[in-house]
Amino acid sequence: MTAAPIIARQGPLDVFVPWARRNAWTLGLVGFLAGLLVYTKLIQASYDASSLQGLAIGVLPLALAAVAQAVVVLSGGIDLSIGSMMALTSVVCATMMKGQSEQFGIGVVVIVLVLGLTLGLINGALVVFTKVPDIVVTLAMSFVWAGCALLVRAAPGGGASDWLKNLVLGSVVSDWVPKSAIVLVVVVAVVWIPISRSMLGLSIYAIGSNRLAAFRCGVPVGQTKISAYVLTGLFSALAGLSLTASTGIGTPVPGPYTLMSVAAVVLGGVSLAGGRGGLFGPIVAVVVLQMIRTDMTFLSIDSNYAYVAQGLILVGVVMVGSFAQMRRSRA
Amino acid sequence: MSAAVFSNRWLSPSAWRNLFRDWPLLPLMGLLLVLVIVIQLADPGIVTLPWAGVIMRASVPLAILGGCQTLTMLTGGIDLSVASIASMTGFVTATFVHSPGGWVQGMAIALVAAALAGFVTGIGVGIFRVHPLIMTLAMSFVVLGFANVWQLQMVQTGAGVPGELRWVGSNTLFDVIPYSLLVFVPLTLLILLGLRRTGFGRLLFAIGDNPIAARLSGARSWQVLIALYVLSAVLAGIAGLVISGFTNTASVSLADPYLLPSVAAAVIGGTSIMGGRGGFSGTIVGALILTVLTALLTVLGLPEPTRQIVFGSIIVVVAAAYTRVTSES
Repeated sequence: MTAAPIIARQGPLDVFVPWARRNAWTLGLVGFLAGLLVYTKLIQASYDASSLQGLAIGVLPLALAAVAQAVVVLSGGIDLSIGSMMALTSVVCATMMKGQSEQFGIGVVVIVLVLGLTLGLINGALVVFTKVPDIVVTLAMSFVWAGCALLVRAAPGGGASDWLKNLVLGSVVSDWVPKSAIVLVVVVAVVWIPISRSMLGLSIYAIGSNRLAAFRCGVPVGQTKISAYVLTGLFSALAGLSLTASTGIGTPVPGPYTLMSVAAVVLGGVSLAGGRGGLFGPIVAVVVLQMIRTDMTFLSIDSNYAYVAQGLILVGVVMVGSFAQMRRSRA
Repeated sequence: MSAAVFSNRWLSPSAWRNLFRDWPLLPLMGLLLVLVIVIQLADPGIVTLPWAGVIMRASVPLAILGGCQTLTMLTGGIDLSVASIASMTGFVTATFVHSPGGWVQGMAIALVAAALAGFVTGIGVGIFRVHPLIMTLAMSFVVLGFANVWQLQMVQTGAGVPGELRWVGSNTLFDVIPYSLLVFVPLTLLILLGLRRTGFGRLLFAIGDNPIAARLSGARSWQVLIALYVLSAVLAGIAGLVISGFTNTASVSLADPYLLPSVAAAVIGGTSIMGGRGGFSGTIVGALILTVLTALLTVLGLPEPTRQIVFGSIIVVVAAAYTRVTSES
């Protein structure tokens, strides 16, 4: 009976409404971000293109870390070693690039990306073959990768090729389009869009939403899980590269990226249980978090309250989300 | 014939597996013993009674924080706010040293604040069904933020760790028995008996093992969870007091290095992060193992990076071996 309307002509609204409903969370976030930007301009008239570029450079490492976390969370896992992997890839990059030619720098980037893939492969293989919960394995591996980072370089230092630094600095086309934002979008799109359209992407969502069902449908669960961790390693390496690119050095001590990436993933509408969400939401969430910090600075609120605000926003948003879900499941 | 059966039973791997499954503490104690023997071989004469006292003293705060993780992990949760709550409690207590009320008043205020933080966490986890990972992570930001604000308020008055806390955290009886056991032993008895003998303890296991079954059998899981997270926060606060006495410092990030090891102690101790399986006695041994391991790596003269790598690798290996040995089927 309800099959008939499928053949009936579909207006643009028929396509748009279900799409909007599916992506309500992300759309809400984008709307909120737009509101925040307008508000920022209102309270700080001098907020201009260069501030926007600063914002984009500032969020780039965390945005890539959030993407890395999102991939593995979609597959039903969690990776607590992202911050350490970023530190390791960043110091390897900075150490190898220091004082070398620009061409050599390209080779270094390739090496670092391969390194990221390898780190992810080791994490994933350990999770799959030892059957120890993801959170425990990656927690322990975070010590290992942080130790390796300290072995590579005991103190912050090193250098970065000029082209790498220029890749994230400044803007393209118009002053209002920061280069680093373009880099972020391009990198994520190039890696994720082909995968999400492929068998692998579908399998990642499948094992995340119901592992047993996916297994019985013939999805190679272990292999898919490892692939998800490999992708996380790759994005962590990209985040590490962006750290080196934006600071010009490598720092062996992991930043606050691991836990912040978990927070951003949840704010971005990805379910920690796996299988639900996308990569765009977490990126927007990272920008929103950064904007809130900026605004609090402009309002000259004690920067320590920024922590409080971050925590409260995280709790508030998640509570609203789960509350809405509870009402939906009851209705 | 009976001899053959006997030897078969004791030599076959499945027999060992059964033994370890029934007595999960045995392999852990064995590992602890092996580590002690190795450290004695690496540095002959190091293992003495005072050394044991030093190890115990260093393990106490880790074991209490591991207890927070154990209790929350039994229900399928985790508590990432223990470090910031512990630091906050130690710090706030220290800021009251020169105030008219004295440090006891400060301690009372700090523990009430910790309990309040735990209460809010419990409401989020129990009533609003927020994932414990996220809820406690967010709470750690909130607590850290408020502790920082408090620090700025208190910057003129100055702070110091009260002598009584230093005594509890650092001193030992006859150079062997640390006074922190005065805090730790009652807490341990409370947790162990609470988990085994009380309805609350059984409810923790029930909720972690099968939340739906627990709800259908009439358990009010939201009440249990609120009580659990308040308890966890207060335990973390007590651990924070011990840590500040142990290190004779008070800062808003004092306990941060304990966060990940506390999870590791519970995991090595055999508590399943999925909930419903585990106990506090394993966590205590886990904390001792981690402390002895750290001491061993220091004795071996390994540089800090290598120590971290070995530390992480051993957690993975122990967790993997433990899962293999005690797994069903």
